[in-house]
Amino acid sequence: MSKHSRAQDEVLLSIKNISKQFGEMTAVDDVSLEIRKGEIFALLGASGSGKSTLLRILAGFDTPSSGKILIGNDDITLLPPNERPFNMMFQSYALFPHMSVEKNIAFGLKQDKMPKDQIADRVSEMLRLVHMEKFARRKPHLLSGGQRQRVALARSLAKHPKLLLLDEPMGALDKKLRTEMQLEVVDIIERVGVTCVMVTHDQEEAMTMADRIAIMDEGFIQQLGSPVDVYESPINRMVAEFIGSVNIFNSEIIEDEEHYMTLRSADLDGDIYVGRGVSSGIDERQMLFALRPEKTFLSIDKPEQSHNFTAGIVDDIAYLGGHTVYYVKLKTGKIIQCFLANTERRAERPNFDQPVYVFWQDDAGMVMRS
Amino acid sequence: MKLASIKKRLPSGRHWILSGPYLWLLVFFFLPFVFVAKISVAEAALAIPPYSDMFDWLDGVLNIRLSFANYQWVLDDPLYLYAYWNSIRMAFWSTLLCLMLGFPMAYAIAKAPKSIQPVLLLLVLLPSWTSFLIRVYAWMGILKNNGLINGVLMWLGVIDDPIQMINTNFAVYIGIVYAYLPFMVLPLYANLVKHDQSLLEAASDLGAGKLTQLLRITLPLSINGIVAGSMLVFIPVVGEYVIPELLGGTQTIMIGKVLWQEFFNNRDWPVASALAMIMVIILIVPITLFHRFQNKEIKP
Repeated sequence: MSKHSRAQDEVLLSIKNISKQFGEMTAVDDVSLEIRKGEIFALLGASGSGKSTLLRILAGFDTPSSGKILIGNDDITLLPPNERPFNMMFQSYALFPHMSVEKNIAFGLKQDKMPKDQIADRVSEMLRLVHMEKFARRKPHLLSGGQRQRVALARSLAKHPKLLLLDEPMGALDKKLRTEMQLEVVDIIERVGVTCVMVTHDQEEAMTMADRIAIMDEGFIQQLGSPVDVYESPINRMVAEFIGSVNIFNSEIIEDEEHYMTLRSADLDGDIYVGRGVSSGIDERQMLFALRPEKTFLSIDKPEQSHNFTAGIVDDIAYLGGHTVYYVKLKTGKIIQCFLANTERRAERPNFDQPVYVFWQDDAGMVMRS
Repeated sequence: MKLASIKKRLPSGRHWILSGPYLWLLVFFFLPFVFVAKISVAEAALAIPPYSDMFDWLDGVLNIRLSFANYQWVLDDPLYLYAYWNSIRMAFWSTLLCLMLGFPMAYAIAKAPKSIQPVLLLLVLLPSWTSFLIRVYAWMGILKNNGLINGVLMWLGVIDDPIQMINTNFAVYIGIVYAYLPFMVLPLYANLVKHDQSLLEAASDLGAGKLTQLLRITLPLSINGIVAGSMLVFIPVVGEYVIPELLGGTQTIMIGKVLWQEFFNNRDWPVASALAMIMVIILIVPITLFHRFQNKEIKP
């Protein structure tokens, strides 16, 4: 999803060579990052990738084994959580069950010894922001999941934090509500104008909400970039497979010129022609060719082009409403995925075991070294 | 079809299983209670058993004699009233002492590493594996004038004459707090160990220091455990007999002791029963409160 980015170039927070060991296990391995003022930054990874540990280090709940965290020039690495100008929205919200909604929101303000009338003003302002005015006196257990999340968000924004931390913000919601809340939360965050670091394992969530995404695996940041960058130009197989679906072919470079490249794969009938220069000056001939399923075409007739196609047999069909996933078995037995957008109602479509051709355009695929 | 509907009304397996505890309560709790209630409205008599009959069949007339003189006797005598008042007062302070000692203990156990929590709980329970009576006797050995504490203090030269500890209220408090502490620690632990750690992290994240976290989050959330533990200590301590008898002195007047004296020394069963009935009525108030809190805990 493309989005008007409100991020400025000014750096708010620098994470410098942060590592964290738990006994023998390295959870975060020499991570350096810069968070820009005003952006929504997502740490995306599977469980155990170190993203949550990194977030807890930012919040101050864990201290890193080595490395530094700086706001501007101030080193806050060892500052306890209650002295950091950050607030966090917890995964299960962590609302105080014995306090009403307004008391929950006021809790942080009271810790700052803010005068009572100012607290009341700020609380009602926050309630308006998240549309929860009517529920001010309710206890959290009488609220729905979405309402609890609004309260949690209001509570974490009440103190005007320099940085908002979101831990799996939609983890506790069902799918439909999740999509709604993703846009609403982004809307609120943008209205407030707070810088935000979120942790999620849900790539859709990261792509919907974030300006930049860091993909983490085994404590490393594998790739850092905009949602379009990480999806359309993944730097390696891990990133390509983690974000979205992808077909990957082992292939060998045949020609490697300035403006194009040809590859050959045992799986495919035609040669692969990539309409742009990719790998100037690489000795290695073995490459991976990655092709997203939605960038393929499927036809019963042989396409006219002499490259970027292959023949196969429909092995399985998954009709998902918006699009259909065709699993096409190639001559080597490899099964690839092709998405076919259902732009027509009840159109004639290839059926099970039917021979088909899969083809793609010159710039559809990605060439990766590993 | 008719048979099926009859069968539905017959007791099912669930009822049979539940009937066990109910029968137990009926035979060993409710029936004795009815006997005590009956004796409490009888008159003392030189007979075996030493009280008058409630029912009297004479010339075809059934006479039922209910004497409330015992109640009047008890309520008119300041000594009895003082015994009630003193029992409740001592139970109150003992409960408070147990709470003040038990809360930090339960908190420490709940915060300890998961692997050593069972060991710590076992240490709390371990003394109960020895007979209650023997442990109270052990305290006599520790507290008496030629006992352990006085012996050590005199040997060290801190004191020349033994401090009178045995047969004082002080000794009774020590005995009660020692004996009832596990009843405070266990419900508190059960409550504290369930606390969601992320709530404290959230409080800390919002700027609260350790003390604020304890006072504003942990303490309010453990109120159910505090009430449960306090009731488990308070209710039995009000009627406690063994500890005041063995460790207390003449000035330790508690209702359990008075009851014993009426029953065995004076052989005045009706007055003893009336004393017991009044105690039950007094205790029903905190018990009802306890149940209200328990129900609250079930629905958060």
